[in-house]
Amino acid sequence: MSQTVDKPSVEQIWEWLDAVPDPEIPVISLVDLGIIRDVAWDGDTLEVAVTPTYSGCPATSVINMDIETALRDHGLDNIRLKTQIAPPWTTDWLSDKGRAKLEEYGIAPPQPAGGPEKCPHCGSKNVTLVSQFGSTPCKAHWRCQDCLEPFDYFKCI
Amino acid sequence: MTRDEAFTQFLLRMGDNTLILGHRVSEWCGHAPVLEEDIALANTALDLIGQTQMWLGLAGEVQGEGKSADDIAFLRDVWDFRNLLLVEVPNGDFGRTLMRQCLFDAWHSIQLGHLMKSSDERVAAIAAKASKEVAYHLERSADTVVGLGDGTEESHRRMQEALDYLWPYVGEMFQSDDVDAEMVKAGIAPDPASLRADFDALIGRILTEATLTIPDSAFGHKGGRTGKMHTEHLGHLLTQMQWLQRAYPGAKW
Repeated sequence: MSQTVDKPSVEQIWEWLDAVPDPEIPVISLVDLGIIRDVAWDGDTLEVAVTPTYSGCPATSVINMDIETALRDHGLDNIRLKTQIAPPWTTDWLSDKGRAKLEEYGIAPPQPAGGPEKCPHCGSKNVTLVSQFGSTPCKAHWRCQDCLEPFDYFKCI
Repeated sequence: MTRDEAFTQFLLRMGDNTLILGHRVSEWCGHAPVLEEDIALANTALDLIGQTQMWLGLAGEVQGEGKSADDIAFLRDVWDFRNLLLVEVPNGDFGRTLMRQCLFDAWHSIQLGHLMKSSDERVAAIAAKASKEVAYHLERSADTVVGLGDGTEESHRRMQEALDYLWPYVGEMFQSDDVDAEMVKAGIAPDPASLRADFDALIGRILTEATLTIPDSAFGHKGGRTGKMHTEHLGHLLTQMQWLQRAYPGAKW
C-alpha cells in the first residue's frame, strides 16, 4: 500500500503500450491491433493480458518481448504477461486510428463483407482475390484490376 | 478409465491431428507449385501448429504429470500418438494434399462447432479460437478441390485418384469408443458418429461441384486415434519432426 504513489496509472500504461509498434506491421501499435486485453495492478505487479491474433502467429513471442522491454524502459520491473485466448481476437477490435493507418500503409483494412472495399493504392473498387493467405497469417493477397498493383488485405475474423 | 484419463486421450487426439497434419503440410514449404500456394500451405501449417500448442498444452495440464506441449510432441514414439491415419499418410501430389486438407477441414469445422459448446470452458475457448482459422482453411481447400476437380482432364483425373486413395481413411473420423462415451457423458465433446450426417452433406456439396465421385465402398482403415495400429509412415515422419530431441535430448534454445 505504501508503494501506491510510485505506481503509474493504468491509463498511463495504456498510453505507453500504444507507442509499441506491431513487429510485422509497424505503422500500427499493439493497442491499435486490439491484442492488449487488460492492464491491471495486482499489488505491486503489473499484469498485462495479451491475446494472439492467430494461434500460430510467430510474432507472438516477439510481441511479448516488446511489451516487456517497453515497460521496463519506463521503469517497471514487476511485470506479468498473461495469454488470454477467450474471447478470441477479432478484427472488430482494431481501432479506427489503426484502420486508417493500415490503409495509408497500403494494407486494405478488414470489412465485414469479407473482402477489401477498395484498392489501398488507387481507390478502385475493381479488385480480385489472389489467395486467401498472404504474407502473414492475418492477411490475404489481393490485386487491383485497374492499377494492377497487388496488395495485402487484413482478413476479417 | 477415469474421466481425466479419457479427457487426456481426447485432447491428445485433437492435438495429434493438428500436429501431424501441420507437419505434413509444412513439408510443402519451398516446394509448392506456385508461390501463392506455398505461402497458403505454410500459413495453414502454422495455424495447425498453433492449435496444437493449445490442445497439447491442455492435455499436459489435465494429465497432471507436469508435461509441456513440447514434451508431448517431441518425446513420444509412434504408439503413443492418437491422430487419425488420414493425417499421417504422405502428401502425394498437390491435389492429394488439398483433397486430404478438404476432408480434414470439413470434419474439423463441424467438430469445432460442437466443441465451442463444450462443458469445459478451456476446450470451448480453444475451439472458438481455432474455428475462426479453420473457416479459412475450409474455404480455401474446398475452392481448390472444386477448381482442380472441375478443371482440366488431368487435374480431374488426379483429384479423383486422390479421393479414391483417401476415402477409406474418412470412416475413422466417426468411430466412437469408450473415450468418446466418457466425453459425451461429461458434456465435453460430441459423439464422433453423430457428426457423420453433417459431414456427408458438406463434403457431398463440395465434391458434386468438383464433379468428383465418392467411391462406393464402406471399407475403412482404422487404428490411428486409438493408437493400436498406425501406418508405417508415422515413424518416418517422427524421425524428421523429432530429430533434434532424439539427437540432443533435452536441448533448449
